[in-house]
Amino acid sequence: MAERPEDLNLPNAVITRIIKEALPDGVNVSKEARKAISQAASIFVLYATSCANNFAMKAKRKTLNAGDVMSAMEEMEFERFLQPLRQALEAYKKGQKGKKEASEQKRKEKKNITDENDKSRDEEEDEHMDDEQEGENEGEEEDVEN
Amino acid sequence: MSGKNMEEKVEQATNSKNISLPVSRVRLIMKSSPDVSCINQDALFLTTKATELFVQHLALSSYKNGSGKETNTLSYSDLANVAEETETFQFLTDILPKKILARDYLKSLEEMEKDDENL
Repeated sequence: MAERPEDLNLPNAVITRIIKEALPDGVNVSKEARKAISQAASIFVLYATSCANNFAMKAKRKTLNAGDVMSAMEEMEFERFLQPLRQALEAYKKGQKGKKEASEQKRKEKKNITDENDKSRDEEEDEHMDDEQEGENEGEEEDVEN
Repeated sequence: MSGKNMEEKVEQATNSKNISLPVSRVRLIMKSSPDVSCINQDALFLTTKATELFVQHLALSSYKNGSGKETNTLSYSDLANVAEETETFQFLTDILPKKILARDYLKSLEEMEKDDENL
């Protein structure tokens, strides 16, 4: 699988949005500047990864973990990121845990329902019910994210 | 923290874990780095979030450092300037070189050659 240069770029639309949100209202950004920031962001990822990897290797680990990334930020002199990153990570973990528990709960509930229905319905109807349940899942997940 | 109501907490949580950059793309870039074998999910999230913070920081710093107030535009030269002048952005100098006019470059080449002749 060959890696083409464009594959290592981040999507322009998202980069543009982040830039606009950071700058005061009404400020324009030249196309050249946008492209440059996008490239800088890719370099940042590489630099951060390389730095974090050094910490992992020092600890004789093969897997990069959250602590390595935090250490890398400090090393790169981006201490200003540490606090917001910690908060974001906490919220992210809570969200993951919540989703996991919620989907496990749903699975349990469905199992109870389908167990009861299995006795009375044939296979075709079960497949139809699975589709309906998937639809329900998507709806519920959207609520959680909002 | 305990004073906040449920709604606020949920909103804050969604905003904090809400990242715009695609995690899969960030992962791709990370994997292209030599010697990197596995990346833990939390590490991937943090790197993605950090990159967003970086984009904000670079854009705002460049704008503040530049002549933005007059032109109301963030230009490439603002970025190149901040990369050269600010220590934390110096790793970007290779990809954000300052631009000079061709004739100025040729002029400085000529002067360099004259210096060589004089030596």
